[in-house]
Amino acid sequence: MRNPVSMRKTPSRKRRSFIALIVLLALLATVPGYVSSYTVILITNILMYVVLALSWSIFSGPTGYISLASAAFFGTGVYASALLSSDLPLPVVIVIGGIGSFVLAFFVGALTLRLKGMYFTMFTFGLVELVRNSVHWWEVNMTGTVGRLIISADNMTIFYCMVGIFVAVLVVSYLIKRSRFGLALESIGESEEAAAHSGVNVTMVKSVTFAVSAFFMGAAGATMCMRWTYIDPTTAFSIQYSFMPVLMAIFGGMGHLYAPITGATVFSILEELLTTKFPYYYMLIFGLIMLAVILFMPHGLEGVIEKGRKKAMRRSAVGT
Amino acid sequence: MVVKFLDIAIGGLLTGGIYALIAVGFGLQYGVARVLNIAHGEFIMLGAYCTWTLFTSAGVTPLVSMLFCAPFFFAVGFVIHRIFYTPLRTASESAAAFEGNSMLASFGLLFVVQNLALIIWGSPVKGYTYLAFPIHVLGAVFSTNRIVTLIASIILGSAFYVFLVSTRTGKAIRAAAQDPVAAELMGVRINRVLALCFGFGVMMAALGGLLLSMTSVMLSPVMGMQYTLIAIIVVVLGGLGNIKGSFIGGFILGLVGYVVSSLQPGLSMVAYYLIFLFLLLVRPTGLLTK
Repeated sequence: MRNPVSMRKTPSRKRRSFIALIVLLALLATVPGYVSSYTVILITNILMYVVLALSWSIFSGPTGYISLASAAFFGTGVYASALLSSDLPLPVVIVIGGIGSFVLAFFVGALTLRLKGMYFTMFTFGLVELVRNSVHWWEVNMTGTVGRLIISADNMTIFYCMVGIFVAVLVVSYLIKRSRFGLALESIGESEEAAAHSGVNVTMVKSVTFAVSAFFMGAAGATMCMRWTYIDPTTAFSIQYSFMPVLMAIFGGMGHLYAPITGATVFSILEELLTTKFPYYYMLIFGLIMLAVILFMPHGLEGVIEKGRKKAMRRSAVGT
Repeated sequence: MVVKFLDIAIGGLLTGGIYALIAVGFGLQYGVARVLNIAHGEFIMLGAYCTWTLFTSAGVTPLVSMLFCAPFFFAVGFVIHRIFYTPLRTASESAAAFEGNSMLASFGLLFVVQNLALIIWGSPVKGYTYLAFPIHVLGAVFSTNRIVTLIASIILGSAFYVFLVSTRTGKAIRAAAQDPVAAELMGVRINRVLALCFGFGVMMAALGGLLLSMTSVMLSPVMGMQYTLIAIIVVVLGGLGNIKGSFIGGFILGLVGYVVSSLQPGLSMVAYYLIFLFLLLVRPTGLLTK
């Protein structure tokens, strides 16, 4: 298996992470009570990236297929919300946005997931452009406008919706990880042929997982749409929503659930700091950080932590 | 009717030449150096901006600035490979791990290059006119600069082909494309050859951008992405590392783009993508491979 350390997980450690989670959720639930509305918006933004990074690693973590299609699913959610939010209550809109992305991802996955490695990446990279250009063309030729005005919801509602999606994606990732389904995914990542020969319906498992991860991206998009007053295809399908989750998940690592969460939190706070302090150089600095991370921390924060822990264990073993 | 048909056919060929050149560069970087260079389009953008700057501030005509741009961008690519991709390759456990990591590194490169351009040249679009007088080809009318770009890209493509086939370095590149490990065992200095390939790829991108800027395309720091996508599609069409295939793929894509945009402007990218989808599903190794 990929993570020998995680196999030796003791019950006490499991309980510890459970308690940490409860504390985190309690903090999140009460946070709007004692922080400024700016902080609430900031946390909503962080949670959005956490949801994107976590759902990205549901599929790409175990299988090793690098998907750059997140923006397509996020944007689908945004548009579902833009079309429906004036008629339907927000939770329903969010679920519909998720289902829209789920269906899109399932079809795309069933068609293209037999492409190996980089060809799949190239394909997903193009998918964003395809959907964006199609929506743009439709809006210009059929509805006669490029953008749409949104009647935005208040920050609290959006915040609690995002917390809800975060909890859902966390629970689903955990359940997938410890189920037979997750085991099938792992085996696909190790060797696809071997998995197929052991009776795993490879295409089905991959497509369903891809679609599940897209569901949460669409849900996040549908929620975030309500924070904006105006959307157009360029903002909704911005390629940044494809790049950032990958970067955050890689930065954090993908072996444990905490890793993409940490990666997304660190990076979105970094983004916030850089955009306010250095608005002109922000993307430049960001690119340099990205290069440095890939060069010096190929296994992410998680890799650094595991290395440190192993070193500490060896030291204590020598001591006794 | 015949004139209209010719107009479309020749127009498609003229655009295809540049696409081919861009794709040859991309194919070298992915096919030999194993770097899926998402930042490829950014070097097209840089090449176009450098040409614009030389032309508008110093009066250097684009065809002359090719003499400066080619060696300069080759050096840029070579150095980038030496700084980022060579260490990354040594540190990666397997070829597949390197492919993933190098692609992610090229995202970083994309951000850096795009924002450097934004800082240097600003976001308003720029352009210039050069050799814009009309020329009659078999009854259809084209501006001279587009014909010059086609001729230039064919010359550049052929020159590179001759280089690959007839020089020792070219032979080393072909060996590295087939099997980098075996090539290294045979005494090829593999890291140098891969850096050379990356350098040539960046050079081709910049020259593609240079030619593109001649055809009155509006320059902006974010123009690169669409050309990266075009390069990917052409490479899939023509087969990886196949120069002849890249030209055929480029011409096909140019034609399709020209036809679709004359019928439904705004949908050409969608059409490219549908071809791409179809090809990936039917012949993922390219049209020309056996």
